[in-house]
Amino acid sequence: MSSPPVTLPELAAASALVLANAALSLAFDAGLARTLLVATVRVVVQLLLVGVVLKAVFALQSAWLVGLVLLFMVTAASFEIRARQQRFFLGGWRFGLGAATTLLTTMLVGAFALAMLRPRPLFDPQVAIPLVGILLGSIMNGVSISLNVFNTSLVRERPAIEARLALGATRGQALKPLQRSALRSGLIPVVNQMSAAGIITLPGMMSGQILAGMGPGEAARYQILVLLLLAAGAGLGAFATIAAASWHVTDERHRLRLDRIGPR
Amino acid sequence: MGPLSLRVADGECVSVMGASGAGKSVLLRMMADLDPHAGEMRLDGVAAAAMPAPDWRAQVTYVAADAGWWAPRVAEHFAPGADPARLPELGIAAEAFEWTVERLSTGERQRLALLRAIRERTRVLLLDEPSSGLDPENVERVERLLRGLLERGLAIVLVTHDRAQARRLASAHWRLADGRLARDDE
Repeated sequence: MSSPPVTLPELAAASALVLANAALSLAFDAGLARTLLVATVRVVVQLLLVGVVLKAVFALQSAWLVGLVLLFMVTAASFEIRARQQRFFLGGWRFGLGAATTLLTTMLVGAFALAMLRPRPLFDPQVAIPLVGILLGSIMNGVSISLNVFNTSLVRERPAIEARLALGATRGQALKPLQRSALRSGLIPVVNQMSAAGIITLPGMMSGQILAGMGPGEAARYQILVLLLLAAGAGLGAFATIAAASWHVTDERHRLRLDRIGPR
Repeated sequence: MGPLSLRVADGECVSVMGASGAGKSVLLRMMADLDPHAGEMRLDGVAAAAMPAPDWRAQVTYVAADAGWWAPRVAEHFAPGADPARLPELGIAAEAFEWTVERLSTGERQRLALLRAIRERTRVLLLDEPSSGLDPENVERVERLLRGLLERGLAIVLVTHDRAQARRLASAHWRLADGRLARDDE
């Protein structure tokens, strides 16, 4: 079985569908036309470019080049995490916290996955890059959502946290409810994805592999593996982030140090 | 905040008055070690820095003017084994112990925040406007409770705007202005 080819005419036809949407938006004055147009242009240009770049990287088969591409991806994810914070740590922590926990988690889960799949060579770009790409998306969500929930609720719940501290609670006790809700929020997307997989939606990766000609059984096993890795990545990233954030927003005298958090 | 020194004996209440924004709450927060500060505090000669901060605060307890609540039910905010029979002392039905916090009025929250801060280990209470906004009957109840605590040997640092209340409860009076603490005994 071979997949039907996708060439420029097919892409143009799909774009026309979105353009029709934009026209509808104009007709109803929904204010979405511009956003839709920009997003359409972005997705076409970005992905075509990535296709060209990856083709070159795949051809060269250089471990160094693969490392460089992965580093670029992690850096881009870290900037995205930084941009998603409504309340952020001042100084180097603003970028550094998300970047450090994202890098750490990606390396850990990525290495685990590579050790399991054992591609040859180990840093085969055709395995490493898409794997880290899909992992990063999940880790980025786990880290950025949990951190944003944690920091905004720190500011909102300050009187409650300090009331507990004032009565002799440790910082761990006083922050516990916030940590729990931040972690839960960070994991909701991937948990939802897992619960809905196969029943409500066919996951994107599995659909893609089936479209590209892989047997459904094998595609399903791949998808299960990836979803489990995504959950592990989002969870680890969120845990590491909230642990570090809790440590940084309090001091050794168990005080709440909101002076280390800035407004947007 | 300039250099300042304050000494409170067992069973003594000192009042701190001063204009809004003079730093009265900051002073109490520093004494509870909730804000970074220079200088040192001692309890029975033992420096705050020599004990874990939670230990210090369990003995030197700050009650904010608008204290926070962290759990759904009132009882969850009290130390295990707290006696709901104490609530009527402050004009609140004992059943309120089982209520949700949302059910409480502002004045009830204020009085319960004071009550939950009185625990076995409490030695010093740092009270920020403990009866502001209460009706005269409840102000009287709060003051009766505080007098009882003083008789039991607790020390109280009382921040208040109410000069008459300061006169009724405190034996020494201080005024905070321009970051300096000065005696105010006229």
